Amino acid sequence: MFRIDRTLIRNFDWLIFFTVIAISVIGILTIFSATRQPMESTQSPFYIKQIIWLLLGVLGLIVFVSFDYIWLSRISVPMYIAGLIFLLIVLISGKTGMGAQRWIGLGPISFQPSEFFKLIFIIMISRHFSSVQEPIGIMSLLRIFFVFVFLPFMLLVKQPDLGTGLVIIIIFIALSLTRGLQKKALILTVIIGFVSMPFLGNLMWERLEDYQKSRLIAFVEPGVDPSGIGYHIKQSKVAIGAGEFSGKGFLKGTQGPFRFLPEKHTDFIFAVFAEEWGFIGSLFLLSLYFLLIMRGLDTARKAKDDFGKILALGITFMFSIYFFVNVGMTLGIMPVVGIPLPFFSYGGTALLSNYISLGVLINIRTRRFALFY
Amino acid sequence: MQIEKDGPDRIVVAGYIIVIGFIILLLRLWQLQIIQGDEFREISESNRLRVINVQAPRGIIFDRNGIPLVKNTPYFIASVIPGEFDSNNVDALSKILDIPSEEISGKISIKKQNPFTTIRIKKRLSFREVSVIEARRTDFPGLIIEIAVSRDYIYGKTGAHAIGYLGKLTPGQLEDPEYKDLPRQAFIGQWGVEKYFDKTLRGISGQKIFEVDALGREIRLIQEKPPVKGDDITLSLDIELQKEGEKSFEGLTGALVALQPETGEILGLVSSPSFDPNKFANGISYADWTAITRQKNMPMLNRALQSQYPPGSTFKIITAIAALEEGIIDTTTEKYCKGRMNYGKWNYNCWKKKGHGSVNLHKALVESCDVYFYEVGRQLGIDKIYEYALKFGLGRETGILLGSERKGLIPNTRWKMATKNAPWFLGETIISSIGQGYVSTTPIQMAVMMSAITNGGIIYRPVIIKGMNPVPLGKIDVKPETLKIIRDSLVGVVDEPDGTGQAAKSAITTIGGKTGTAQVVGTRQQYSKNSKNIPEKYRDHAWFIAFAPGEKAEIALSVFVEHGGHGGSTAAPIAKKVIEAYMLQKEKQEKSTDVQN
Repeated sequence: MFRIDRTLIRNFDWLIFFTVIAISVIGILTIFSATRQPMESTQSPFYIKQIIWLLLGVLGLIVFVSFDYIWLSRISVPMYIAGLIFLLIVLISGKTGMGAQRWIGLGPISFQPSEFFKLIFIIMISRHFSSVQEPIGIMSLLRIFFVFVFLPFMLLVKQPDLGTGLVIIIIFIALSLTRGLQKKALILTVIIGFVSMPFLGNLMWERLEDYQKSRLIAFVEPGVDPSGIGYHIKQSKVAIGAGEFSGKGFLKGTQGPFRFLPEKHTDFIFAVFAEEWGFIGSLFLLSLYFLLIMRGLDTARKAKDDFGKILALGITFMFSIYFFVNVGMTLGIMPVVGIPLPFFSYGGTALLSNYISLGVLINIRTRRFALFY
Repeated sequence: MQIEKDGPDRIVVAGYIIVIGFIILLLRLWQLQIIQGDEFREISESNRLRVINVQAPRGIIFDRNGIPLVKNTPYFIASVIPGEFDSNNVDALSKILDIPSEEISGKISIKKQNPFTTIRIKKRLSFREVSVIEARRTDFPGLIIEIAVSRDYIYGKTGAHAIGYLGKLTPGQLEDPEYKDLPRQAFIGQWGVEKYFDKTLRGISGQKIFEVDALGREIRLIQEKPPVKGDDITLSLDIELQKEGEKSFEGLTGALVALQPETGEILGLVSSPSFDPNKFANGISYADWTAITRQKNMPMLNRALQSQYPPGSTFKIITAIAALEEGIIDTTTEKYCKGRMNYGKWNYNCWKKKGHGSVNLHKALVESCDVYFYEVGRQLGIDKIYEYALKFGLGRETGILLGSERKGLIPNTRWKMATKNAPWFLGETIISSIGQGYVSTTPIQMAVMMSAITNGGIIYRPVIIKGMNPVPLGKIDVKPETLKIIRDSLVGVVDEPDGTGQAAKSAITTIGGKTGTAQVVGTRQQYSKNSKNIPEKYRDHAWFIAFAPGEKAEIALSVFVEHGGHGGSTAAPIAKKVIEAYMLQKEKQEKSTDVQN
């Protein structure tokens, strides 16, 4: 199963691979710029760490291309159970970072299980959505929702990792709609969705931590707290706007290195990029993401089976949601949910899990011809 | 799978949705970067640059002999950058600075402030506090020590009304274009010389432009414009004279103005009680401010310019000059004083009940005979008295640039008709000729009048700066002999055994002067003339105006003591002390210049 032969290399999706590598390289340059220390001569090691994680990511990608993705379906149940256990471990003994406990330490390395859980979740949903041919009925939809969505969602919200929690719900809804539901199930979902929205919203609000509430408040009314989250959104817009048409130039940006931007190398990295490269640079970067997402959708269309199709869609949706929410947030048209820009933001676990997900996507495309073996 | 069979390809639909998403992002980018780009570029520039105003050292104010009256003292302030400060450190900081932790956390946690703007926690740190903070710097991130300069008034209350003080820009001044170049938190002169010569003293503040990060930390200096020190000012005040004057007024309410007759320079300006400008200079506390302004004796009132009271017998000088000039009397003209003058059914008393007997002008001035001047005044008429009083600068502003001044009042027939809608009575002329009734003057006016009598009749605008060109406001058209006669008589007031101003007699110089006692309305009938037994608020106001030396005056002054009782007993000794202090200081200065030469 781990056979790497010439056909595999010939069918490898070099286009999507190099598109993403380009995004990561630009990302590393931007991390370098964002974390340069204006006061000291020493350079902070963020970009070096990111390079190492990128190499690990490529390695992970190769591993996940090398075996037939059908194996993922076969081991999905134990993976899913393991994923839930990891989420529980985080809850019990996690490290706290940025007001939330998302990390667990494994010796010298600490990582965020929720990053990997998303892929496991998509594999699990894909397996269940592809197990039958017909549109999904009400009962099986509800069963899938409670076992594979609601349960992990509650665990994630408890961490609290609101971002990932919302992302899996959105992925689930998007996949359901694309997969096709029975008319009754569709109508019922919509009705229940509308009816329960205020209730759920209220429930959610009660469960939110203060910092999460302030994010939402700041999004609705940016003037409320100029030094808190609203200040972050404002500084992000300042950075992006200051880029104007052609940007201030590489290493000439000021909003990031001088700390006006919060989370400048993670969640708000797009603002740092846009300040230095302007509208033209942003257009280029957005084109790369456009290429990635379109190629992902194309992969789904061309997948040889339903499992591959839904899996490719799920991964593509995941990238898309992260991309749109993150960029929308820095542009001030989405609430501040602490999620990174895929392949671009600083963050080892996320980079590795994204490359692994990309590996799965390439795997599906590479093996799109049913007669391959 | 359903995706292909069921209607349109759902993946294609998803693709369209994503395309729409990209279009939205691009439109937003266009809006921020192209449409609003300039605006945001500007904000990002100002984010990055911090302009710090560097206070220019304010000019020093010297007394006429070069003694500094103020100094600029640097001091240290403990400030906190809330965005960097760890609130767990509040208690420890409160111990070091010895201020309640609630006060510190209250200052830090004020909402709606930029968390990277420094907040001043404690001013004027002691050396110990500074060293403790410096030693434990790493324990208190976000705690910084700033340096500021305070204005210290070396002599405190002494000369406060003349020197003035600094204060924050008032809301009105913030609107004023004159101050538009100053930072909003600037201190500017708000009183006295500090106010009226603020532009000279202020200098031009410099600027430092730093590149800063969001924590407000200065990363590098981009541009520096050094401040230009303000010009020094040498006042005409003599601090020794001033000190003596204020000491003499200890416990009294009133004012003193001493002028140099040949220039109009103010040698001393006392307004008692005074205030401590050091309390104002660096931002006065509310408690101090209310304590000062609510005091019944109003220390913030500059009595030298603003208290107007009847001049009493000092005004007889005007009546005498008018009569001499108009030819109504000469030095030999005699009147008989039997202790009162009868006019119709009214009796006008002389202060000496048994009368002065036969009096000429000299005796009338020396012994301050009221009846003599009743008689002369009656012959002159109020309009002539008015004319001469105005020539000598009474009834109008002296033009001093040191604060608002009052005009006093010299009545005439037209004035009475205009304001009281009543004809003038001769009885009013009679009391006006001895400086009672409607007549009122300010201490500075009387000093100007005294100067004119000694300098040949020139009215100078009083000035507080030494060595400026004297500003003559007019030369009075009087015969020099007239002024000489007056001066000789005034020396007699102090020197002669029956003179009312003997208390001013000095062993080191000849002093000429005139006493004045301004009646507090309706008291004479109730109380004996022994002023010590009269409750203070019913006591008469005491005046003494003087010059010295008698031969060639170098100093002319007026002393006014509210409810001081008798001019001769209360005001005259003050005049003597001040004149002697001036003469001694002058001698000392001349000696030291001789030694230097």
